[in-house]
Amino acid sequence: MSGQAEIGDIGGPAQPLLAVRGLYRHFPIRGGLFNRTTAVVQAVDGIDFDVHKGETLGIVGESGCGKSTTARLLVRLLDPDRGELVYDGLSVGTQDGLSLREMRRHVQMVFQDSFASLNPRLSIADSIAFGPRVHGVGDGEAMARARDLLARVGLAPDTFGPRYPHELSGGQRQRVNIARALALRPRLVILDEAVSALDKSVEAQVLNLLQDLKAEFGLTYVFISHDLNVVRYISDRVLVMYLGRIVEIGPVDRIYEAPRHPYTRALLSAMPSMDPDRRTSEAPISGDPPNPINPPPGCRFHTRCPFASEICQTRVPELAASPLAGDHLAACHMADPSSGHPQAGTAV
Amino acid sequence: MTPLVRIEDLRVRFRTAERTVHAVNGVDLSLMPGEVVGLLGESGSGKSVTLKALLRLLPEARTTMSGRMAVAGQDVMALGGSALRAYRGSVVSMIFQEPMLAFDPVFTIGEQIAEAVRRHENADRTAARARALEMLDRVRIPSAKRRLDAYPHEMSGGMRQRAMIALALACRPKLLLADEPTTALDATVQIQILLLLRELQKEFGMGVIFVTHDIGVAVEVSDRLAVMYAGRIVERGSARDLIRAAAHPYPRGLLASTVHGAMRGRRLDAIPGAPPDLAKVPDGCAFAPRCRFADAECVSRRPDIVRIDAGHEAECRRLDAVAASAEG
Repeated sequence: MSGQAEIGDIGGPAQPLLAVRGLYRHFPIRGGLFNRTTAVVQAVDGIDFDVHKGETLGIVGESGCGKSTTARLLVRLLDPDRGELVYDGLSVGTQDGLSLREMRRHVQMVFQDSFASLNPRLSIADSIAFGPRVHGVGDGEAMARARDLLARVGLAPDTFGPRYPHELSGGQRQRVNIARALALRPRLVILDEAVSALDKSVEAQVLNLLQDLKAEFGLTYVFISHDLNVVRYISDRVLVMYLGRIVEIGPVDRIYEAPRHPYTRALLSAMPSMDPDRRTSEAPISGDPPNPINPPPGCRFHTRCPFASEICQTRVPELAASPLAGDHLAACHMADPSSGHPQAGTAV
Repeated sequence: MTPLVRIEDLRVRFRTAERTVHAVNGVDLSLMPGEVVGLLGESGSGKSVTLKALLRLLPEARTTMSGRMAVAGQDVMALGGSALRAYRGSVVSMIFQEPMLAFDPVFTIGEQIAEAVRRHENADRTAARARALEMLDRVRIPSAKRRLDAYPHEMSGGMRQRAMIALALACRPKLLLADEPTTALDATVQIQILLLLRELQKEFGMGVIFVTHDIGVAVEVSDRLAVMYAGRIVERGSARDLIRAAAHPYPRGLLASTVHGAMRGRRLDAIPGAPPDLAKVPDGCAFAPRCRFADAECVSRRPDIVRIDAGHEAECRRLDAVAASAEG
């Protein structure tokens, strides 16, 4: 196998780079005398979305919403219970589609914990060259690529290449993780809370770097974060998750300026104001996000939603486009005039 | 009015077999009764160490402390034994980022709050339990009566954080030290806890020192802000002064590199480099190696504190150049 033959674009710019179709992943919790399943965490419960070529798709949500499980499903670190991933028109992990091994060359991931992601016994240069070597690139070329990428992420190859992970700061290690993710020349990079553990001054450096690399290598990003400010800054489109389901997805400006789902609105107004004269005076919603074990039926947000009515407790709302913007979808009964919700049609 | 807290020239050094870390290098801070100061800084800036020094929580065998600290008229440096135990909890109390570490997992929430009350106030069991219930009500824990008998692991993250606040405030401290108490919480829960703290602070008239790395969070709770870098306070002022008219290059850089609002597509004005290794105390300004305004004297000599306005001070020799660059 010529491991490094470039697989370029297949379906043209209009075809999604990654299409996610009906993805489910539940985790059973076992216990009791016979180790039977006593409960099920519905971490990801039927999600559909596309990642367009060249975009940055932001995924936001609170703990337990399934955003990290989604990330692991996208690179198939976890197998879905049901559902399909289609990479540039090729179904992933099927006989006549794309093998997992091939897919992983094209889809790489950067994690939050920069230290745990690196092998402590490998030098930085070896860590970056590891992936290309496994995929059949010769030693010399793999090393050259590692040095080149180190320079590209702002770390002098002669100084940092021979070092070990514990000799680097958090920001430097995260640069190494980014370099390593790019070593296989992927087209899609999944960034799971990749800047969340960094200090603000270092976070800004890494955000600038991510934007430069994206332009230079023509990358597509899925950027997962709990930080709404950072997601707004870097994303073209934003996907909002709540308890394993998508509640809203759309262009970044519409999500932040005209959010349709009550949960998205609550999430946005919970952001600290940054203005001493306009401090937040009231919490938008009360209580904690419910446990993803045995989540509420119907709309999963109904237990905390100020607009919840009877229909919300029984029927699951479908993601539907806004009449004003076809690419702005929300899953709320109020957005559907025929749902039977007393305030149906009042929200756009 | 006399200040509730007065810290003068606090220095803290940690020693291990391999190295020494100069964590706090001359902090001066005072706080009036009922005032909320936000202590803002990145990891390693010395903000948490300053808090822990105030509660004398630092391990004595490995720590060298110098300077003066007074809280409510008591000399904190001189406290020991029973006086220190009496000081902790009834004069000064602390809340942490991780409530699971503040609670003992094998006792109920109610038992632990009641225990604190009995220890400090000679209350009997019934009275202490009544106080515990009152406190859970005060922090708006729903069905408080039932929650009294809950174990810490049975509560959600936000509820545990509320319970920890109840525990910290049970003996009516004059000063509350808050060490990143909302950092681990989800956005919708964080704002609830911040509003609760603001409300309880007014109700109890406490002084609060609130340590955080998040500017937005600091603005939500603080009257005054102090920004720390490499173990010193480099700028202090009202929240308004710092957000609208930061003078020192470090807080200015921090604000410029913090993503907020509609900054999409714009390149972030990031501060280059990384904070210094604190194996030795820098001779001059610790920020100089990362500062584009720094000259030779900045590196060699510690800058004086410059008064900009009433209560607004910065420790920088090049304030004129910094201000000029903003206009140009």
